Amino acid sequence: MVQRKKLAQVGLLIAAVLMICFGVWRGEADTVFSKAIRLCMECVGIG
Amino acid sequence: MDKKKLSPLVRFRGWIQASSALLTNIHLPNFLDGTLYQGAGKYVCVPGLNCYSCPGAAGACPIGSFQAVVGASKFKFSYYITGILILLGVLLGRLICGFLCPFGWFQELLHKIPSPKFSTKRLKPLRYLKYAVLLIMVILLPVFAVNSLGMGDPFFCKYLCPQGVLEGAIPLSLTNAGIRAALGKLFTWKAGILLAVILGSVVFYRPFCKWLCPLGAFYAILNKVSLFQMCVDTGKCISCGACAKSCKMDVDITKAPNHTECIRCGMCMKSCPTDAISYQFGFGDKSSLRTKEKGV
Repeated sequence: MVQRKKLAQVGLLIAAVLMICFGVWRGEADTVFSKAIRLCMECVGIG
Repeated sequence: MDKKKLSPLVRFRGWIQASSALLTNIHLPNFLDGTLYQGAGKYVCVPGLNCYSCPGAAGACPIGSFQAVVGASKFKFSYYITGILILLGVLLGRLICGFLCPFGWFQELLHKIPSPKFSTKRLKPLRYLKYAVLLIMVILLPVFAVNSLGMGDPFFCKYLCPQGVLEGAIPLSLTNAGIRAALGKLFTWKAGILLAVILGSVVFYRPFCKWLCPLGAFYAILNKVSLFQMCVDTGKCISCGACAKSCKMDVDITKAPNHTECIRCGMCMKSCPTDAISYQFGFGDKSSLRTKEKGV
């Protein structure tokens, strides 16, 4: 049980780092940035 | 009377929450001119639910960012945001809800207003609503309900999230007449949700976190595998039930130390007469490691 949980934790952490790197590589961070620096019309209730 | 040895995290939780809310919205002068911070910090997500249209926001909202990416015509999934959320969730679990989320803190402050308080124990099935919100409004609708350009709306932000009104619409409309004039029916709907959450928070403990927050749902899934864990010393525990009684998230920590609803607030630690509950951080299962002999 302890070993399985440890494996899951390590596996998820590695997967997370790989996913972040892959996301940055394919330009997702730029999409996030361009959305985050402008007024989000939907968020504030303009539509 | 013996003074309890409480973890500094529990003792200073309020201060940690206040500091986190401040750091998450550190660009305070922007509130005065009604502008948004546009620096590199907005490439990265903050851990809690915090609208990126808040003038003070230092980073991007993870839930808003996820919808922005999957709703864009060139992506159907966000590896970047999912990776960040898994990383944060595996490291800290729902400690983020209990310590770092500005909206969680806001609800807790409202709950301090003197009024009749109601238990949510009988409303436990409502907990599952937040998973539906995560699946339907954050993931499925922005991906599949698209316009002719292949772009989807951020359904959660648009129709449900009260943070956008609280942190974005209200401060921005106070300083910007153009925004004030543009607010219409959608704003009224979302302001109604905010009002319901505010009133609900006065009488219930963290209703939005318990029943609606998709970010809390994501961290809840990872709570069982997070490195930051609750530990119950089975040798010290006298099964008095004080911890379960004190838990405002309706968790019995002795039965499930890393329950999906546990936000690691430490109320159980405060109430435990034998100091049997503690925080642990590390790999593996640390939920019931210490087993001192009872009554020795």
